[in-house]
Amino acid sequence: MNTLFDKIWDAHVVSLIEDGPTQLYIDRLYCHEVTSPQAFDGLRARGIKCLRPAQIFCMPDHNTPTHDQDKPIEDPVSKAQVDALSRNAAEFGLTHYGMMSPDNGIIHVVGPEKGLSLPGMTIVCGDSHTSTHGAMGAVAFGIGTSEVEMVLASQCILQQKPKSMSIRIEGELAPGVSAKDIALYLMSKLTTSGATGYFVEYRGSTVRALSMEGRLTLCNLSIEMGARGGFVAPDETTFAYLKGREYAPKGEAWDKAVAYWRTLVSGEDAVFDRELVFDAADIVPMITYGTNPGMGMPIDGTIPSDAAQKALDYMGFAAGQKLLGHPVDYVFLGACTNGRIEDFRAFASLVRGRRKAPGVTAWLVPGSWAVKRQVEEEGLDRVLAEAGFEVRQPGCSACLAMNDDKIPAGKYAVSTSNRNFEGRQGPGSRTLLASPLTAAAAAVTGVVTDPRTLI
Amino acid sequence: MKQKFDIIESTCVPLPLENVDTDQIIPARFLKATTRDEKFFGDNLFRDWRYDAQGNPKPGFVLNDPRYGGCILVAGKNFGSGSSREHAAWAIAGYGFRVVISSFFADIHKNNELNNFVLPVVVSEEFLSELFAGIAADPGLKVRVDVPAQTVTNLATGRSERFELNAYKKYCLTHALDDIDYLLEQKDKIEAFERDRK
Repeated sequence: MNTLFDKIWDAHVVSLIEDGPTQLYIDRLYCHEVTSPQAFDGLRARGIKCLRPAQIFCMPDHNTPTHDQDKPIEDPVSKAQVDALSRNAAEFGLTHYGMMSPDNGIIHVVGPEKGLSLPGMTIVCGDSHTSTHGAMGAVAFGIGTSEVEMVLASQCILQQKPKSMSIRIEGELAPGVSAKDIALYLMSKLTTSGATGYFVEYRGSTVRALSMEGRLTLCNLSIEMGARGGFVAPDETTFAYLKGREYAPKGEAWDKAVAYWRTLVSGEDAVFDRELVFDAADIVPMITYGTNPGMGMPIDGTIPSDAAQKALDYMGFAAGQKLLGHPVDYVFLGACTNGRIEDFRAFASLVRGRRKAPGVTAWLVPGSWAVKRQVEEEGLDRVLAEAGFEVRQPGCSACLAMNDDKIPAGKYAVSTSNRNFEGRQGPGSRTLLASPLTAAAAAVTGVVTDPRTLI
Repeated sequence: MKQKFDIIESTCVPLPLENVDTDQIIPARFLKATTRDEKFFGDNLFRDWRYDAQGNPKPGFVLNDPRYGGCILVAGKNFGSGSSREHAAWAIAGYGFRVVISSFFADIHKNNELNNFVLPVVVSEEFLSELFAGIAADPGLKVRVDVPAQTVTNLATGRSERFELNAYKKYCLTHALDDIDYLLEQKDKIEAFERDRK
């Protein structure tokens, strides 16, 4: 009761169905090309239009190649899906940032950077990582395609109200430890179902000290603990990030908005359904060894003796094994998890003055054209080039390998993405999830390396 | 697809694995379809567990085992975790399953099943482990799912449990109505909400 989650949720209740779900009003719907075509087909079959087209933003990101985006997509099936989004957006009068548009990128990177995702909003998308936008102080969650159709048709969704969870983290993070490590640490403690049924509010001094990029990474991974979403109450860091962004309020409207946003905090008397407290001093650089994101450990740790054998067989690992020094074939920097400017800064800071290890294939994929432009403005592309790395064009890329960026069967990838499921980065691929710094350390040494030894 | 639920009695397909994620239910490379072709998704249900790289059935996987069949899938806890892809529910429906029994479902996937007229039935750990053991001993074991009564019964042992289903969703399932049908009737309320919040 009286949590920030209650405040935002309750302010969007249109009606309550007796012994049923809540009819919840949605401020922002994002659509990408993979989970929307059948929803638009549904509207056509019913002969209806979008109720509030101005609140819906579309962009392709999953299928987009990370090179030669100015040329037609070679894979005809990918091209058909990307073209379908463009046609659907035009037919239904929706804003569309197509490939090669300077506004294009991964939907969860673009929404915050354009100021489309704002504090106090309800935000949905047919994508489980919609929880990312919670970093802005919004209630944001992933939905299925039928639910996308609901929102296209009515700007509402029917949902059961989730329970609320407080995750409080206190203290200062040690050098070399980032928001990604916090998330991997939480998943290793809670497992991939530990927060199922809950919406998480991240609190405490450690969270307050995170930049917006760090908060976006932390909230992004809420779903990997099973949580429907996770968010951080807006504060001065949020307001400073949003000020002047394209869709953020301007002038008098800005002052009014900030005054309202300052009220978006959990009450002193807030009661959560579950409260957890962690100490930042316990968190070190993390890495996963198994086939779900909850199978993580400190980078210098050993694989637990009770780890699921099916997962270890798939990964080619054994219980009791250390991963430090294990050869790495691929490194992937990017995804809605770690494809932002701060992630590129971290990666560049570690590889500066070093060289990419021979035998490592590295894919550095910015989350959006705006991130790529900033990488170039800050001269990070030159630092990376001198170390033997190339910055590619934006998209989801090897996170789920719907484009050409596939990790070959049996190969090991240290990846800054969000999932290490069997086959996630390509059939037979073996994924080790880690932070941008840990990815950079693997990229320059060719083996799993503790980044703290290189900074 | 929309179909009315009443009482279902069927043999089961057992999948006694925990944390089955939607990437396994339907791998990402099958998400490029732009239509809701349930046969296509059903043909590729559990693709990489079911077929090798050459497309040959893997004999050890349950969907390739002729002893097991029926319209009820029984799975270990935390079924459907990970990606929100509704294609996973389309694949389950397209294969011919109408009910999935587990002790725990991931949130988004559970909604996706309900929105596709596949019924997720949550049972206790004890019910689930007894059911897995029963099916292993006799693949012909049948389960009855009574939607109006909200009960699930292991017909071999007679063990029965009540499962959760809110009254609204139960009405939808037993009358073959979906949420969009409902929401389209709510336009006045939506416009009133928009006016009031200004």
